Amino acid sequence: MNILETHHIVKQYAEHRALDDVSLSVPQGCIFGLLGPNGAGKTSLIRIINQITAPDSGQVLLGGEHLNPSHIKRIGYLPEERGLYKKMKVGEQLLYLAQLKGLTEKQAMEKLKTWFIKFDIKTWWNKQVEDLSKGMQQKVQFVATVMHEPDLIILDEPFSGFDPINANLIKDEILELRDKGKTIIFSTHRMESVEELCDYIALINRSHKVLDGSKRAIKEQFKTHTYHVEYKGEIIDLPPAFDVLNTLTTDDGFLRTNIKIPPDAAANDLIRYLLDRVAVRSFGENIPSMNEIFIQTVGEVPTT
Amino acid sequence: MHIIFLIIKREYLVRVRKKSFIIMTILGPVLIFGFYAIIGWAAVSSMNQKKIEVVDESGRFAGKFKNDDETVYSFPKKSLAAAKKSFVKDGYNALVFIPKDVIERPKTVQIFAEKSVSLSLQSNIERAISKEIENIKLEQAGITQKIIQDAKVNVDAQTISLSDAGEKSSNGIATTIISGFCALLIYISVLIYGTQVMRGVMEEKTSRIVEVIISSVKPFQLMLGKIIGVALVGLTQFLLWIVLTVGLITVGSTVMGQKETANSAMTARMNGMPGGQDVQSKMATAKNPVADVMAAIGTLNIPLIVACFLFYFLGGYLLYSALFGAVGAAVDSETETQQFMFPIMMPIIAAIAFAQIAVRDPDGPLAFWTSIIPFTSPVVMMVRIPFGVPGWQLALSMVLLVLGFVGTTWIAARIYRVGILMYGKKTSFRELAKWVFYKG
Repeated sequence: MNILETHHIVKQYAEHRALDDVSLSVPQGCIFGLLGPNGAGKTSLIRIINQITAPDSGQVLLGGEHLNPSHIKRIGYLPEERGLYKKMKVGEQLLYLAQLKGLTEKQAMEKLKTWFIKFDIKTWWNKQVEDLSKGMQQKVQFVATVMHEPDLIILDEPFSGFDPINANLIKDEILELRDKGKTIIFSTHRMESVEELCDYIALINRSHKVLDGSKRAIKEQFKTHTYHVEYKGEIIDLPPAFDVLNTLTTDDGFLRTNIKIPPDAAANDLIRYLLDRVAVRSFGENIPSMNEIFIQTVGEVPTT
Repeated sequence: MHIIFLIIKREYLVRVRKKSFIIMTILGPVLIFGFYAIIGWAAVSSMNQKKIEVVDESGRFAGKFKNDDETVYSFPKKSLAAAKKSFVKDGYNALVFIPKDVIERPKTVQIFAEKSVSLSLQSNIERAISKEIENIKLEQAGITQKIIQDAKVNVDAQTISLSDAGEKSSNGIATTIISGFCALLIYISVLIYGTQVMRGVMEEKTSRIVEVIISSVKPFQLMLGKIIGVALVGLTQFLLWIVLTVGLITVGSTVMGQKETANSAMTARMNGMPGGQDVQSKMATAKNPVADVMAAIGTLNIPLIVACFLFYFLGGYLLYSALFGAVGAAVDSETETQQFMFPIMMPIIAAIAFAQIAVRDPDGPLAFWTSIIPFTSPVVMMVRIPFGVPGWQLALSMVLLVLGFVGTTWIAARIYRVGILMYGKKTSFRELAKWVFYKG
């Protein structure tokens, strides 16, 4: 079941079209990576999902219903440009934000207690936000995003501003939320976290959706049928169907060769062939990284 | 509705808890009271009488000098030389010597004093002596004091304003003071609280919290919540000012009142002379300028003025604060506000100028039109109200003011909703106009 669907979203600003016919499906209980270069239209899409702005045409469905104000409390949003009221105390501020999301003061208090214990930030309750470090403020902001237990959590560059320890803490929280059945939309251009966390991705470039699907399927789609082999000896008399792309020498004196095989050929044929001729140390398929897919896709799109 | 209430509560509490709010709330009445105290003190201190010893060789002037608020005369039987030595010690401010032949040679009068004698005292004494000489000469000519007194008719005009409620005596100066004060207070508070709204919006924008907030609430709700929250802060401040001021004045006038009576009783006792009784009764009824204003205030329609003040404060504030809010949303930093502030400040500054004209001519065409037009009406109408304004004009002005702030709020909300999400872009007036017509 899809928790979120957008159908043919168009958003036109005075000078440019921020989103052009963007349709997405976000399955429930996954981490969904919303990727794209700067200015591609990610933030515009997120703002539409958050009902901050409305699309010029197209529809957004949350849990099968047309987007409406009652959905606000089902969504948690951590914007890229984040901030808190500097002159307000942490506890007071979180209570306020929770109440804006529709919690009662009592409910908010209970939820916040658990989070403050979990993050071990009990002493911050009466501190002014401006007295906290940037990383500490980010933590508070993360709590503000998820404290009302939304079904859909939208995180825009969630790891920026975190040191590695806290970034890990947040990562674990994200995974835990997914395991509880929450859906996380994760907007970023840091591909290593996409690689690590995302189950599904969509790539937006120049206002268009250019790619979407499960990470596995996309990687499958971008496979080049190349394999790498590390060995000692010499590869000779390779059948012409097997295309040697390049050969390098590794630090410890092995050779590493990338070989492309025809789509209809089996890797086993290549292995069988190699086993007879060289001493193989390792063999594997070259799976494209998200980074490569991103660069390839974004680079390929013709300029309009 | 619940959401707006939450926003109002936050905006209100954050401001009311600020140190600057508490300081201003206490300082305001202290300043007003200080002002009042200075007037009161000046009134009391001007009653400090000068005591003057008169050595009258002619023997004609004893008891003839009128003791009044400013001067008290005494006529000891002393020689000039003895009096000269002792008058300072005896607590007199000056010694007047009137020679025997003063009627024939008036220029021989001498005034002695330890310090130099003030011009006003000198002229007072000169006037007193010349008046006495005049009286003596008139009497010699057969005209008695009685005839002179009868000949003098004291004209003291009283202005009476004719209104539906019948004739009421009013005091033009007091009315002017009240109306000017109300207009100025509206002007200042619209500026102060309007700027507070602008700063509040800018704070949310620059700290970037606005995006989090408007993912939960509509921009319009946020703007309205802020405007109403700040309005309540303003009303709270006014209320506290009124309570504190009234409290201070009540305490102050009790203290000062006691001092005054003690003062006059003492001088009367010290004089121990026939005129003393007269002095005391005179001083008791002596006009105190503050009491004067207070009495005049009593003749005005205070409930109407207070009600109108609150209405025009709220109306003017809502009209302008929405615009201030829009400016806060349109800019990235304080320095950029200048270009947008100017057109907003223009009408309100003009209103103060119009108000000065309206004070002099409350029913003139300029006063009429500027008290109807919403941008100037809060200030100018407040000037006119104490002088009395026809009901239909008041109603028209109020309706237009309500329409005015609905209009500015609508425009401001449209600028606001686009502006708060617009970063790092220099905005121009053309840009703002475009924002107003953006949809969604």
